[in-house]
Amino acid sequence: MTLANYLVLAAILFTIGAVGVLVRRNAIVVFMCIELMLNSVNLTLVTFARATGTVDGQIMAFFVMVVAAAEVVVGLAIIMSIYRTRRSASVDDANLLKY
Amino acid sequence: MPVEVLPADGLLAASWLLIALPLAGAAVLLLGGRRTDRWGHLLGTATVVAAFVLGVLCTIQLGGLDERSVDVDLFTFISAGDLDVRAGLLYDPLSAVFVLLITGVGSLIHIYSIGYMAHDPARRRFFAYLNLFVAAMLLLVLGNSFVALYVGWEGVGLASYLLIAFWFTRPAAATAAKKAFIMNRVGDVGLALAIFLMFARLGTTSFEGVFGGVGTLAGGTVTAMGLLLLLGACGKSGQFPLQAWLPDAMEGPTPVSALIHAATMVTAGVYLIARSAPIYDLTETASTVVMLIGALTLLIGAIAGCAYDDIKKVLAYSTVSQIGYMFLAVGLGPVGYVAGLAHLLAHGFFKAGLFLGAGSVMHAMNDEVDMRRFGGLWKKLPITFATFGLGYLALIGFPFLSGYFTKDAIIEATFDRGDTLGYALGGVAVLAAGLTAFYMTRLMLMTFFGRPRWEPGAHPHEAPRVMTVPMIVLAVGSVGAGFALVQAFPLSTWLEPVFGEPEEAEHVIAPLTISVLLTVVMALGVLLAWLFVGRREVPVIAPARVSPVVRAARNALYADAVNESLFMRPGQWLTRALVFFDNRGVDGAVNGLAATLGGSSSRLGRAQTGFVRTYALGMLGGAVLVAGALLAVTAG
Repeated sequence: MTLANYLVLAAILFTIGAVGVLVRRNAIVVFMCIELMLNSVNLTLVTFARATGTVDGQIMAFFVMVVAAAEVVVGLAIIMSIYRTRRSASVDDANLLKY
Repeated sequence: MPVEVLPADGLLAASWLLIALPLAGAAVLLLGGRRTDRWGHLLGTATVVAAFVLGVLCTIQLGGLDERSVDVDLFTFISAGDLDVRAGLLYDPLSAVFVLLITGVGSLIHIYSIGYMAHDPARRRFFAYLNLFVAAMLLLVLGNSFVALYVGWEGVGLASYLLIAFWFTRPAAATAAKKAFIMNRVGDVGLALAIFLMFARLGTTSFEGVFGGVGTLAGGTVTAMGLLLLLGACGKSGQFPLQAWLPDAMEGPTPVSALIHAATMVTAGVYLIARSAPIYDLTETASTVVMLIGALTLLIGAIAGCAYDDIKKVLAYSTVSQIGYMFLAVGLGPVGYVAGLAHLLAHGFFKAGLFLGAGSVMHAMNDEVDMRRFGGLWKKLPITFATFGLGYLALIGFPFLSGYFTKDAIIEATFDRGDTLGYALGGVAVLAAGLTAFYMTRLMLMTFFGRPRWEPGAHPHEAPRVMTVPMIVLAVGSVGAGFALVQAFPLSTWLEPVFGEPEEAEHVIAPLTISVLLTVVMALGVLLAWLFVGRREVPVIAPARVSPVVRAARNALYADAVNESLFMRPGQWLTRALVFFDNRGVDGAVNGLAATLGGSSSRLGRAQTGFVRTYALGMLGGAVLVAGALLAVTAG
């Protein structure tokens, strides 16, 4: 297993996540795609940490996880309340804030 | 001619009270409102009489001093860096005679006004404005710097405006006041520029500093200063080309015409030029222009005076013409100053008396001013007739009355120049003296003699004592002032500290010849007036078919038309063009820019669709661009 394999896997995961964010309407799925992108980045960080033999990347990955956890809490709460008022979890339906 | 100036002591140190008293009177009457209605006129009169008494005492003290010139330093008026203007008064023989004239004639006219304005509901306001005028006029003549003079100068302009428009509900009065104010403003610009020039070139505006330093300036600067001062003087004194406002100013109450537009304010221009004698002595050009303007104006005034039927307007044109004599005199230089000022003082008496007489006639005739509606009044108004008659004789220069002495002196001095200009201007002055006799005789004949042509229902009656006594006092002054000022207590001796010792003039024509000539010309004028007016019936309606000369005179030689076509209409075009440019040009640019910004922002705002995924695409695109750029930079 070489370094490139990890990085290619991370790139594939990130692309799946990004495409998911752009094409899916369901807020929950969009959310999961974001998580996917975050984790692909984590993978990259850990890979480089291992390659350079330092722990900086691993610490960074922990931070990303903590932030992701917090984001999930806030994001899910927002999705819940939007769903309660609008009876829909589609991100296209929540389009009141515009010109 | 910088004279020694003494610091003030004794009563002279309190000469600021001269200004403060009438000013306080005006303040009390204006701020006190209706509460002061009952006694306001008495207070207003009392302050001016008190100022007169104080003025007399100050002048007596001044006469006893060795150096008859006293400086009363008051306070710092403007202090900014190098600029330091002190407010102070200069009590010297020249300002003293003006103080006596202003407060003396002013007191008489205040007293007269008590009777004249008795039935006017706004009498208190009238006295307040009159007091304001007296205060400003005293500041004008007492100030020891051009800045102080300017403050007074504007003050009298304001008082004049307020008093011309005293009956402001009459459109004619409101318009006349505006006209006077605006035409005065034209002159004031000249005075202001002259003062700026003094600041710039000499760094001071005190009389002492300016007259001390004026000799060091370039000739052109001095001439410019003289001409600018002259412009100011022309505006205030109703001289050509700014003479058209003065006759219209007769819309004000008659005591105002007597005090402001005959005796005092309109002579401020003469004061200004006499006061600035050290400047004019250095510039031949400016003093010659003064003389020419004086001669031209005295002719214009006399011609217009012959044609008007409104008694006050005739007197107003007569004032214009007489001030022309004074300008002619002060333009002559050292020989003329005293002659001009003597005529000014004598004129102050007889013209104020004539206006008060005209006021008395109007009072008797229900405010009628058309002389064609008078006639035969001498029997009904004996006191008015007698006092008016004495003023009339003094004005036309009847031998041994005021005008005879003072006008002769001016004409003599004009001929004494000895050159062609002297003869030409002297000739003009003699001709105008004949015209003066003509129009004043016409006025007398139409008003007091002939068959009564009164409006139905007119019951002429003599004015109350409070009005006739001032008229009598002024008539006495008209008779005696000339003799007193020229022969008995020569004004030239009194004014020596200001203008230097009078030189013995070399007479080109013997004074006796001139006196005889003037008397003959005057008699001719009177005779002509009798032939034209006195011999036949005066038509009640002015004849419409008249020669072009008379038509021109009736229109005051088209002064208004010239002003309108030369200044007013181009001014209107200019403002219209500017308004158009402002609306279309400036506003267009500003509004256009605002509309462009607003429109483009609302168009850009359309990008905010509200779809989260659109935003996400934007973010992705942006991130890809940034990453691509970074790669390109590192690879390159």
